[in-house]
Amino acid sequence: MTTPQTLFEKVWNAHIVKQDDGAPAILYIDTHLIHEVTSPQAFNMLRERGLTVRRPDRTFATMDHVTPTRPVPFAQWPEDTRIQIRNLRQNCQQFGIKLWDITGPVQGIVHVVGPEMGITQPGSTIVCGDSHTSTHGAFGALAFGIGTSEVGHVLATQTLLQHKPKTFAINIEGTLGPGITGKDIILAIIAQNGVDGGRGYVFEYRGSAIEQMDMAGRMTICNMSIEGGARAGMIAPDDTTFAWLKGRKHVPSGPAWDEAVARWRTLPTDEGATFDREMTLDASTLAPMVTYGVNPGQGVPITGRVPTLAELDNLAQRRELASALEYMGLKEGQPMLGQPIDIVFIGSCTNSRIEDLRMAASIAQGRQVADGVQALVVPGSKAIKAQAEAEGLDKIFMDAGFEWRNAGCSMCLAMNDDKAGPGQYVASTSNRNFRGRQGPGARTLLMSPLMAAAAAVSGRLVDVRDML
Amino acid sequence: MNPFTLLNATAIPLRVENVDTDQIIPARYLTAVTKTGMGQGLFAAWRYLPDGSPNPHFILNQPAYAEAKIIIAGKNFGSGSSREHAVWALTDYGFRAVISPAFADIFHNNALKNGLLPITLPEESVTMLMDLVEESPDVRILIDLPAQRVILPDGQQLSFDIDPYRKQCLVQGLDDLGYLIANLEATRAYENAQNK
Repeated sequence: MTTPQTLFEKVWNAHIVKQDDGAPAILYIDTHLIHEVTSPQAFNMLRERGLTVRRPDRTFATMDHVTPTRPVPFAQWPEDTRIQIRNLRQNCQQFGIKLWDITGPVQGIVHVVGPEMGITQPGSTIVCGDSHTSTHGAFGALAFGIGTSEVGHVLATQTLLQHKPKTFAINIEGTLGPGITGKDIILAIIAQNGVDGGRGYVFEYRGSAIEQMDMAGRMTICNMSIEGGARAGMIAPDDTTFAWLKGRKHVPSGPAWDEAVARWRTLPTDEGATFDREMTLDASTLAPMVTYGVNPGQGVPITGRVPTLAELDNLAQRRELASALEYMGLKEGQPMLGQPIDIVFIGSCTNSRIEDLRMAASIAQGRQVADGVQALVVPGSKAIKAQAEAEGLDKIFMDAGFEWRNAGCSMCLAMNDDKAGPGQYVASTSNRNFRGRQGPGARTLLMSPLMAAAAAVSGRLVDVRDML
Repeated sequence: MNPFTLLNATAIPLRVENVDTDQIIPARYLTAVTKTGMGQGLFAAWRYLPDGSPNPHFILNQPAYAEAKIIIAGKNFGSGSSREHAVWALTDYGFRAVISPAFADIFHNNALKNGLLPITLPEESVTMLMDLVEESPDVRILIDLPAQRVILPDGQQLSFDIDPYRKQCLVQGLDDLGYLIANLEATRAYENAQNK
């Protein structure tokens, strides 16, 4: 009888190539996703050292961070972005790597396209030079972000040196109330646990609320594991996972599919397995969340208020809150309800899937974007955009006064021309509210697609549950 | 990678917790296809005024700290985006070590890969160091990596932990890639055994 193991331990153990005494483990990487921002210097390194990409068949590239979401001719893109895109094209061609080019039929945000194409599979190890690689953990994969040097290591060897993280079970029980989404769950977890609460750990999200959640919601939750300080976040694969994956381009088919599913069914955490830490969240008591500050942990329910300095324990925390509020132009103790907004951004690898767009459209339908508000909807991929159009969501959005854009990372980090201006409040479905992220001086308020759409048609933050 | 054994330098106190990598290097600097010149963008939003001129109030711009090679920062330094450009910005600017009560995971990894030494010390020690260098900017701090000690001019010694493998790589100037390449035989054997 073998020792009961967690999902993480099973995937970790199955990918150890070698572990010398006193050294980190050599971990095999099944799938390597790359994009234009964090790969150039890694490819330069290969050339400098006379190396090549060892497993181009396990390497997939997208272009997403710097790409415009309007149909701007390539010749008119800023020169540095054109250099970066050409660089990726040349590198993929030189080393024989599959590139989902912006010009092709498959295109979009790396963490949307990977699962869409069935590249993301349960029990696999997946890395990318991008911290939101944790998204793929929703499928029971061990998926995490790496820096450019490590991108080079994976390109050259298909392995990485890794210290084994600890395990942290996050049990989420209860039925979600109306208008409550995966985004609200993860924002609540990070508010409770802190932005560094997960440091050194891999989260496993478990419990009835997770079991009942669709893949899009699971991906949203896993996506923001990094914002909670964790190495990665995982959810055990189940029938929901298998149904979502079946028939996608890179998953097995026929008898091979049945074999794969049988293998994947052995992945969930065993009865009696122990975690290094555990916490429980009652999902039935959640309200829609919204952030007020400059890190994703500075969030409260929409019905709540910005904390006061007096509530905080120590000088460093008070200094941090005061600084955050000064940047955000908010007052201690103020209610979040009624906070005016200038821009609404519905998109990003956190919330740009068809389910997210449907939720936003259900609020937009029959209503109008408020005067003075600019609202963008940026689907996560070309395929999602096409599906949304087939469902008439684009028309719903445009009739309501939202801008309907092409796929890309867009205003999540404003590396393209989708930027907020200084002092502007952005109701955003993205994952980070850091100072200046959406544009110098921009003030980001993170929330779910339902809440963002509700803010768009109201011109201010409202409780979307009143609109359902 | 240049070996790191001893560093004797002045330090800059950064009394901010949760310094994220968007602050260390804003995204607009990430369109570069090389590593060079990243120092320009280091703490850009804090260093420069909207018109591009240096912000005289930001500590990095104060002449007393101009030669500092060590940053002493609040906990959770380097949180957020995995951008290794944050480390390149710090090293290109001239920093060789960062002292904090805690580092974000990916940043910690990236720092080690580039010979930027992340030193984790208890909160009280970090506060003490910040107070010290704030009062006396010309205080020289000696970092002895082989001995795993931070040594102050008054003789005070603070010891720090570091993973032995990581320490060996820094002291000898080795990077992971050599080790991984040396073990490719084992990787191929794994692939064969797993039908990968």
